[in-house]
Amino acid sequence: MKALSLIVVLFTGSLLLSVVSLFPVWGNPHSPANANPISQFYINETEELTGVPNLVTAVLADFRGFDTLFETVVIFSAGLAVFSILGRPKRKRGDEKPEEDDPSENLIVIQTCRLVIPIMQLFALYVIAHGHHSPGGGFQGGVILGSSFILWAIARNLPTALQRLSSRKTMILACAGVLIYAGIGVICQALGENFLDYHILHYLLPATDAIMARSHAMLGVEIGVAFTVSSIMFGLYAYLSSQGREEGGL
Amino acid sequence: MDPLGDLILARFNYWIYVVLMMIGLYAMITKNNLIKKLIGMSIFQTAIILFFVSTGVKEGATIPIIDHGEDHGSELVEAPAAAEHVPEGRGFDHEEALESDAFANPLPHVLMLTAIVVGVATLGVGLSVVQKVFIRFQTLEEDQILENIRTSDG
Amino acid sequence: MADQAPLLILLFPLFGAVTISLIGPWKKQLCLPVAIVATIGSLAAALTAFCDVLQVGQVQYFLGGWESPRGIGIELRIDHVNGLVAIVVTAVALITAIYSARRVDDEFEGKVPLFYALFLLSATGLIGMTLAGDAFNLYVLLEVASLTGYALVAMGKERRAAMSAFNYIVMGTIGASFYLLGVGYLYLKTGSLNMGDIHQIIVDQDLRGSKIIQVAFILILIGVWIKMAFFPLHAWLPNVYSFAPSTSACLMAPLVTKVAVYVMIRMMLTVFGPETVFVALPWSEIVIWLAVLDIVVASFMALAQKNLRRMLSYLIIAEVGYMVGGAWLANHYGMVGAIYHIISDSFMTLCMFLAAGILFTKSDALTGFKGMFVRKPATMMAFTLGAFSLIGIPPTCGFFSKFYLIRGGIESGHWEFVIALLFSSLINVVLFFRIIEFAYFHIDEKGSKPDQTEAPAAATPITQVISLWTAAIAVLLIGLFNQPIVGWIQTTLRPLTIVGGQG
Repeated sequence: MKALSLIVVLFTGSLLLSVVSLFPVWGNPHSPANANPISQFYINETEELTGVPNLVTAVLADFRGFDTLFETVVIFSAGLAVFSILGRPKRKRGDEKPEEDDPSENLIVIQTCRLVIPIMQLFALYVIAHGHHSPGGGFQGGVILGSSFILWAIARNLPTALQRLSSRKTMILACAGVLIYAGIGVICQALGENFLDYHILHYLLPATDAIMARSHAMLGVEIGVAFTVSSIMFGLYAYLSSQGREEGGL
Repeated sequence: MDPLGDLILARFNYWIYVVLMMIGLYAMITKNNLIKKLIGMSIFQTAIILFFVSTGVKEGATIPIIDHGEDHGSELVEAPAAAEHVPEGRGFDHEEALESDAFANPLPHVLMLTAIVVGVATLGVGLSVVQKVFIRFQTLEEDQILENIRTSDG
Repeated sequence: MADQAPLLILLFPLFGAVTISLIGPWKKQLCLPVAIVATIGSLAAALTAFCDVLQVGQVQYFLGGWESPRGIGIELRIDHVNGLVAIVVTAVALITAIYSARRVDDEFEGKVPLFYALFLLSATGLIGMTLAGDAFNLYVLLEVASLTGYALVAMGKERRAAMSAFNYIVMGTIGASFYLLGVGYLYLKTGSLNMGDIHQIIVDQDLRGSKIIQVAFILILIGVWIKMAFFPLHAWLPNVYSFAPSTSACLMAPLVTKVAVYVMIRMMLTVFGPETVFVALPWSEIVIWLAVLDIVVASFMALAQKNLRRMLSYLIIAEVGYMVGGAWLANHYGMVGAIYHIISDSFMTLCMFLAAGILFTKSDALTGFKGMFVRKPATMMAFTLGAFSLIGIPPTCGFFSKFYLIRGGIESGHWEFVIALLFSSLINVVLFFRIIEFAYFHIDEKGSKPDQTEAPAAATPITQVISLWTAAIAVLLIGLFNQPIVGWIQTTLRPLTIVGGQG
């Protein structure tokens, strides 16, 4: 069995490498991918058309915004999938209190987290909002935001963190994120243009022209992405670390 | 030696990604433990991401963020072949055409942001399925699971 | 509004899924109505878009309004072929949603809203794959459909469901990653991701002989073959479809493999073009022999099965062999047959899986068919209709797809394919007449003691009967109306010269 798979692997590897001599040299600025008019257009025209200097964010949220919408849907479905695979039928949680952890046990860790978590969250919001001008954006900021909740769950215990952000709220936030993203697109449709054609939004937003409307809509879209990503990251952690029981955990 | 250097050294990024990918593929096929298979899957997907990103690299170029505070003069001098490189029928002025070689290609980065997210999502779903398998069969070794299935079918 | 129709096909199920996730946990009884409204809306939009295509020939929808230069933004492209496939996908989703009405409660206790949300998202992914005009967008939607598929399978209560889902995850990820790698090679050589644009560049720069393009094609092909369970990459399918909950199987079995076949045909015709695929590359012979092998092996394995759904899964693999072989015959009628078979096989498979779900709620051993004609006559009649279609008896659609495929095989001289098709029909005759004999003639055996704990002659819920009969009637109608359907398919195929260089 191992021999057979070794043969398969070697065969596939040689298939992939058979054309290596035809590939463009690493770093070649004139390779077909780099010299293509599309790539040139992105580099040259994006800032004029959208007002966003970060070309990656502009392409991600505007030109290829449809891909990003479905990327958000992928994260959303992953959350749904984990909830559905690992979820247990909920017992009535009436007056059952989450297991108490003794705060004095992990005093240093907990106090450090109390200091660090707000800064993390602030930084996450900065990354989301400043994605237009520096590397960043909805996904990156959302992951940082999600990990701030995970940090609290690791420092205390999972039920305590779930008190802050229950799986119910996780689902609502995740849906809200997808709704924001798709909703912005539908508003553009309602105003008469195609889906996710942001420039038409300048009729709705005060004191903007068509170009700045794109920039603002991109921010709105990134916020939607951040909602979904942060809540699902925490939801994934909660279910995976507790085998769906939502208690105990790491 | 030069053809060999041309093949391997100048295109080393492709060799790296293929080796990584084959390691991941081998792990996915041969390993017995389910978690090791998932790790192989993760390596496999990461190698593809590396491949894509490496196609967008331009020598001497900076990140694809247009920063108006910086002086790009030095990079323009170093990009020697940029002068011939004016796309036809575009009508750009020469100044802007030179700039485009100073920025890395943004498109592979965008695509790979999506691919990374997809990889994370798949890993998450994979791990939850592995947990469910463990709850049912109390083991994570594939041969034991198959044995278990075979004996319980009778 | 009509020009927004291409997108509305996608938006209805997407919003439906999000709505169900939001309000489902509060009001469980709203899940089903929302799902049905979403699928009806999607079907209506698909029909509107197809009417548009009938008038204009090809509909292009540019997301974000980025029309030129070509390839800047993402585009949805609908021509006759994928217009028809989109209608099929939405119709199957609607029928399964109706079927699920009484079935979900015992298959997914407590997780009903999650099921419906995943169901609608899976439909969204499949529809998106059908409509995509951009190669990378297709990958993202492929992953949406795949992830939701993994979850739909793993949710089941059946003991082996989780392990089958794990194998599905590993194989599915390999397939999707190979597809992505192929797109990467294409991007490396052409610099574009838009399907039409890639084709333009291949033609303009005469890249047909380029080795990178050929390797890209092989990689995409391998990826898609894994997704459609083409021999020898089919190992994941029987386990997945036999152990998945019946509602999930009714959505996935008819659609996932067929949409993958559609993707292969789209890649062959639109992105690479028939000149590249059939003339420049000498592989048609090899692929057709692989298809023949697939049909023969899958048919034999279907004979050996003792469970209904497992048997049907092997028949699906054989049907995939028909379509791949037909597409690679390098012949006009072969391609027509393959595309027509996508449509007809979806409904045939749906009909069979629905019947399997209705007839058997616990174990689906074939011996359980004893006396079924007395216990559930209406269901058995629909089952028999589906069986006739799989065998290829006129006027069901199965007959016409075999007709076009055989005609293509004869015209192009690939007699091995024709023989494989006839052989498969023969095996199907043996398979199904064995079942029908069990169902008809074993009524008096010791008081028809049921083999499984089936409640004797429990009334089948009306929703399940409606969905089953809709699928069965569709099987008939698609057969009776094969002329207009084939005419539409040919409208798209005519501009392309699908003639092989070697044979």
